Order: sequence, then structure tokens, then C-alpha cells
Amino acid sequence: MQFESIASLFSAFKEPWWKVFYDFSILTRGVDVWLRNLMSPTWTVVTEMIIIGIVFLLFYAVIGLFLVYAERKVCAFIQNRLGPNRIGPFGIFQTIADLVKLLFKELIVIKNADKFLFNLAPYIVIIVNFMVLAALPFAKGLHAIDFNIGIFYILAVSAMGVVGILLAGWSSNNKYSLIGAMRSGAQIVSYELSVGLSLMVIVILAGSMQLSVIVEAQRTGWFIFKGHISAVIAFVIYLIAGTAETNRGPFDMSEAESELTAGYHTEYSGIRFAFFYLAEFINMFVVASIAATLFLGGWMPFHVGNWEGFNHVMDFIPPVVWFFGKTFMVIWIIMLFKWTFPRLRIDQLLTLEWKYLLPINLVNVLLMAFLVLMGWHF
Amino acid sequence: MDKAQLAEFVKTLIPDSEIRQGKNYVEVTVPSSALFSAAKILRENEGTSCDYLVNITGVDYATDMAVIYHLESVKHRHMLVLKTRTTGRDNPAIDSVYDIWKSAEYLEREIYDLLGIKFNNHPDLRRLFLDSSWGFPLRKDYVDDINIVSK
Amino acid sequence: MEEIIKEAVIGEQEEYIINMGPQHPSTHGVLRLVVSLKGEIVKNVQPHIGYIHRGIEKMCESITYPQIIHLTDRMDYLSASINNEGVCLAVEKALEVDIPDRIKVIRTIVSELTRIQSHQLFWASYGMDMGGQTCFFYGLRDREMILDIFEETMGGRMLVSYNCPGGLMYDIHPNFQNRVKAFLKYFRKVLPEYDAILTGNVIFKSRTIDVGKLSLEDAISYGVTGPSGRASGFSCDIRKHDPYSAYDRVKFNEVLYSEGDTYHRYCARIEEMRESMNIIDQLIDNIPEGPYAVKLKPVIKLPEGEYFQRVETARGELDVFVVSDGNKNPYRVKFRTPSFVNLGVLNHITKDFKIADLIAIAGSLDLVIPDIDR
Repeated sequence: MQFESIASLFSAFKEPWWKVFYDFSILTRGVDVWLRNLMSPTWTVVTEMIIIGIVFLLFYAVIGLFLVYAERKVCAFIQNRLGPNRIGPFGIFQTIADLVKLLFKELIVIKNADKFLFNLAPYIVIIVNFMVLAALPFAKGLHAIDFNIGIFYILAVSAMGVVGILLAGWSSNNKYSLIGAMRSGAQIVSYELSVGLSLMVIVILAGSMQLSVIVEAQRTGWFIFKGHISAVIAFVIYLIAGTAETNRGPFDMSEAESELTAGYHTEYSGIRFAFFYLAEFINMFVVASIAATLFLGGWMPFHVGNWEGFNHVMDFIPPVVWFFGKTFMVIWIIMLFKWTFPRLRIDQLLTLEWKYLLPINLVNVLLMAFLVLMGWHF
Repeated sequence: MDKAQLAEFVKTLIPDSEIRQGKNYVEVTVPSSALFSAAKILRENEGTSCDYLVNITGVDYATDMAVIYHLESVKHRHMLVLKTRTTGRDNPAIDSVYDIWKSAEYLEREIYDLLGIKFNNHPDLRRLFLDSSWGFPLRKDYVDDINIVSK
Repeated sequence: MEEIIKEAVIGEQEEYIINMGPQHPSTHGVLRLVVSLKGEIVKNVQPHIGYIHRGIEKMCESITYPQIIHLTDRMDYLSASINNEGVCLAVEKALEVDIPDRIKVIRTIVSELTRIQSHQLFWASYGMDMGGQTCFFYGLRDREMILDIFEETMGGRMLVSYNCPGGLMYDIHPNFQNRVKAFLKYFRKVLPEYDAILTGNVIFKSRTIDVGKLSLEDAISYGVTGPSGRASGFSCDIRKHDPYSAYDRVKFNEVLYSEGDTYHRYCARIEEMRESMNIIDQLIDNIPEGPYAVKLKPVIKLPEGEYFQRVETARGELDVFVVSDGNKNPYRVKFRTPSFVNLGVLNHITKDFKIADLIAIAGSLDLVIPDIDR
């Protein structure tokens, strides 16, 4: 490596090092400048894409591990017991132990299954999650892709997850998996509508689909406070529909079928099953982070009106911590749902969506449009 | 009605039966050919009105087998014991009372499975606990070298 | 085995068969249900039983009367004390032995505690079947208190063999009364929690109300007893109609509903827990003094004849029918167990409901499979 390029790398960091946590664009610009000095523009872009890909893979894995551990601890907390506490201090290496166990399991191949689709299905679900993760604003400057149609892109891409599930059920050559996949597909497609409409409410309030603009618009107050009644209704509907989207909680009839089988991922074993399982948790993370971004202000700190001192203290906490704090709070709520409520039957699930949530949603959209027109929001 | 009155009443309903007053309940013994009609009378007559079939037991005596029905009336709260004997031990057969009390479905299947008594007009007479190649374990002459240890 | 499935199940051509095999998280025990479905609708349910048939009735013909109670323990293991009580009462009635009051009162208290812990387990596992897995932990946590009381007095938690012909195996521990009173105080506070979590839950109600209705005539005709029958209005409580032990001196209500659907079968058990607590309340402070066992002959021989005793277990009516020929072993013992007869109604009430309802209905009948198979 040449001496000038190392110098240029360090010169990019003109600010004190801890400012990075408040504005990651310092780091990203610095790395960009350094790479451009090092190689040609095309290769810079390629290298940057590879770096981002690897970062996201690591992030995916770490968040997945953490969420599985958190689920078990939250579950234990509600059920008045301790949860994993043997492997590692406080049991934090439990998920790694499970992962190693799954890696050692035999990958069972079914005789009459459609091999190509059977192998493809887990990857589709994971790739879809990656694509959505790429569009989320984690902090100021930690935003991989900033489309001007951000929300539209997220909705469209997350809808493709259904394809993975249906492929898994179909290619297993197993009538129970097929039933489970069909039910799951119907459920996800129905709740897509509610998710989309409740996000539209925020788009109306914000005036743009671009995620960074939406987050910036919440500098003076989170949307759940700004768009009072309408935004609160939209938030509640989004939480319900989002939980149903991920096949979790009281809506897990198609997979936690203690009645029949494990649903669409019955025939998967070992690491392929781990993919589905992880994908479900990352999906939950995505749903929660979209809720945090649109309703709870993304990476914006919590400001209250003109309380200068309070706001200053709130500003002290880095935006990354704000974003993850909000996301994990929503994740905690979603986890509580699962361990508290009994399961809904599949026809009750669909009745809930089509007869209750959808009409409420439509009225809510009208209500928000009315509020914005009259200027009756904060 | 107390026991004595009930005994007399039943004797008038089913003339060709032997009535005996046991320590707790009135016992009615009928021949196996008259079982279904006797059961029907006991069910439908207002004075006895035995609409709850409590239990059916099969007993293997040396010469023949007995089937004992315990009947209770929800209205009058009295219990009657209806007994009958099969004719011999080879191919014993009795009429099923499924048409009168539905709970007989499983109770009679169990007796068929363990004792070998066939029930005519039963909707679905299959073996219940054991498979079709097993003998009839509750019979006194059942021999099983593997599963039974005799002193 | 193939003939069994084909001949008994397939109706029309569009139906397909699903096997909920003997190993299943939701059929509590080794029950195999062969379900014939048309789409999501259940057309026919055929239970296949016998996976835990141990031949208890045949075994009873070669053992003595005091040894039978160790087998009846294992029939309906959740009402072990009550099963034993049935056999003991039959033997004592046959021998015309007068049982002192102390034994009767203690037997009643232990039976009611057994009933409460059986219903606690029902609540725990029913909640888990419905999807609210937290209920399992809460229910079992409270059940542990009763099991600890049993362990201190009787030496065993679930299979206790405490009642024996002539009285009890041991006298009650000095701590027994205090612990039972402490448990009653604790559980009365906790039972509204159960209602808050499950009984009042909108999702639970919408899954169980109007599902699996059993009319009164059908309940009587199919012989469904216990809380399942009482939820349909069938007044079949042996403790009221044919009292035994100390039940004739306590006041309690028989829990009767008229709707007969799954929700009320569930509610009947929760209410029965309250009634059981009332019964124990009336007895626990005044346990009479006296011997804890009557001395019988070392070899018990019942006089020749037939003896019939009915008791009310947590699941329904258990009848012990003993045919004796004067020897020390009974000639024939027949146990009419409640789960066996309740199983007969499963096909009838599940017709034309969905497969998810089958789990709700089968769970609400509270079947214990060793009770079915003996």
C-alpha cells in the first residue's frame, strides 16, 4: 500500500473519533475517498458493494443470534422461569450451540421432491429479507440504499417472501406441508394489504415515500405524536398486521400447528431449517424497524417541545442506540403477543383482516388525508 | 318407588324374567333371546325410564358367559341390573343395544375384544384394544406362554 | 391395519385421511385419531386405542384385594386417590365394615385435592393446546403445591396408593392441615388470574363458544359423565346422588350448564375447582380423632356375590364391579372408566367442524388415555 493512500485514509477523519457514532457519513465518506484514491471508480463501487454485503451478512447473523436468545429469555420471563443460563455467562452462547448442532444434522433429501425448488426456497426468503434490510435507515449516514420510493420498494420486496413459502410447501411433496403453505400464503397476502395501507397513512402525513425524508420530518416530533388519533390507529393496526405477516404470535396457526405438522418447513432439516427459522426472526426485526422508522421517529431522539435541557440530554445518546432501542422495544411487544394469547383459527384470522382491519384502515387513510388537508396535525 | 315396588313393577312389564332383590339394586335376569325387547321396555316405559346405560360387563363362567347391564334412570334416580346369559361358550352372540343407548358402542366392542361375545346389529364390531389375530384374553381358558406367568 | 382404516373411515371420494398418530403433542397420551377430512371439515374421527392396554382387569383376577389398589392408581393417574377409594369402598361394603369418621373425612379431603390438581393440569395443557403456552407454566406451578402436600403425607406425588381396604396407609402428617389451609388461601387469590388469562380472552372464547355442542339427550344416551356431561345439563354427580365417604355432610353445588359447548365444558372444570375448595374448607378444621385404619383379616375374602361401587373422579363416573366366588382373588373385576365412555362421543360432536376445532374439542373432553385403555 502506498504511503499517500494511508495518509488520505487518516486525513478523511478530521473530526474527533467519537463523532462517528453521531454521524456515520463521516466514516462512509472517509472510506469512499480512500477507496477512490486506491482504485478506479468501477472497482471502487464494486468493492463498496462487497463491503456492504459482508457487513449486512454479519449483521444478519449477529441479529439473528441475538433475537433467538432474546426470545427465549422473554418467553422465560413471562413464564416465571429463567431461560437459558448454562452456556456462557447468562446463557448468551446458547444460540451458537444450537447453530452448531443444526450444522451437524443430516440434510435429508426427499425422494420425489422437486430438488431445485426445494433447495431454492430458503434462499428466496433470506434474499428478500436482505433486500429490505438494505433500505432501512439505521442511523444518520448508515443507510445503504436511499430510494425516493423507499416505502414502495420495501412493501414490494417483502411481498416476495410469500413465493419462498409457497415454493417450500409445494416442493416438499407432502400434503400437510402444502396445506400449511397454502394457509400461510393466504394469510400473508391478506395482511400485506393492512400493512400497506397503514404505512400509506404515514406517507400522507410525511408527504414523501423516501425513508430519509420521513425520518428528517420527525425531527420536531415523532409521527405517532404528530398525527395523533390517526397515527395511533395506524400504529396499532400495523402491529397486528405486522405480527401476522411474519407468521408469529397469535397468528401462527400454519406453522406451530401442534395439530398437524410444522407447516411448510416440515421437510427441511439441519441448516435449511435454520435458514427458515432465522428468516422468521429477521422478518420480525424488519417489521419492528419499519414501525420504529415510520411511527417512532427512526433514529431521531425523543424531544419534548421546548425543554432545551431535556432535549440536549436526549441528543447525547447516539442515533444508532435510539434506532435499535425503539426497534427492540417493538420486538419485545411482538414477543409478548406470542406468549400471552392463544392461537386464532385460520378462518378467524382471515375474517379479522377482511372484515375488520381493512375497513378500519380505509377509513383511517381518509381520516389522515382529511387531517393533513385541514392542517390539524402538529 | 322403593326396591320392592320397583321389583313388582318390572315383573309386570317383563313377565318371563326372574326378578331378584339384591342388597342395593333390583336384578332382572332374562334369556338372551329376549334381551333386546326387555331393554327396550325398560327404556321406554315411563315408570322405569332407564335412559342412562351405566355399564356393561361380560363375565366368563365355566359353562357359559354372562352379560350384565347396569341401567340408571335420570328421572327417577333408581338403578336396575339387567342380566342375561349366552347359550354356551362357542360362538356366543347377543343382540346389541346400540339402538337404545349409544354408549353401548364402545362398551360392547370391548366385550367382543376381550371375551369374544359377538353382538348382532352392532354398527361397527371390530376389535378395540388388540389386533385381529389375538385370542380373547379375559376368558378363563386363555393361555399365553409369553405374556402370562403362571406360578 | 389397512383394512381398519379403509373400511371404517372413507365416505365419499373427495375425502382424504389424516393420521394423528400415537405420538402427538396434542392428544394427551397415546391416542391415535384417524381423521377423514373434506378440505378443512372433519367428516369422521376414528380413535384407535390399545397402545397402553396393560390388561389390568385380567391381572386383578390373580392378585389379592389390597394389591388391586396399586393397579387402579395407574388407570387414571390424575385421579389416583379417587380410583383407590372406589375399590376400597367396594371391598369395605362387601365385608360390611364400619369405617370411622376420621378416615372418611381424610379420604374426602384427599379426593378433593386430587380433583383440584387434575383440573389444574387440564387448564395448563388446554391452554397450551390452544396456543397460550404460558398457561402450562402457571398451572403446573400451582399444582406443585398440592403435589408437595401429597409427598409429605403419602410419600408419592402422583401415584400415591394412600387408600387401602380398611382405611388409610398412614396417618396424616402433622403439617397436613396447615399446608392445605395455606394452599387454599393462595389458590383462591390465584384462580381469578386463570380467568383473566384464558377464560375471558376474546381469542379463546371465539375458538370455543358454540364449538362441539353436545345436547342433553345425547349426553345421557352416550353416557358422558363428569364435567363434560354436566356442561350439557346432565346432572350426574355421584357425590350428590349416591354420596359416599363424607360427602353427605358437606354442602356444595353441582356445577351445571345447559349449553354443552367446549367453552362450558372448560368453565365447568374451573367452577368445580372452586367447589372443591369449598368442600375442603368445610372439612379441614374439624378432622375427627380416631384410628386411621380398621384392622381387617390378613387375608381378605369377599363373600360370594357381585358388588358395585360408584365414585366421582375428576373425569366422571368410575364404577368398580367385583364378582367374587369366595376366594382371596376376585373372580372378575370390571372398571367402567369415564374416559372410555366419553371417548365414544368424540366422533359425534366433531362432525362438520374444522380440524383446528378437533383439538379444542378433544382437549375439552379431558381424556386420559390409560383410563381408556386400562
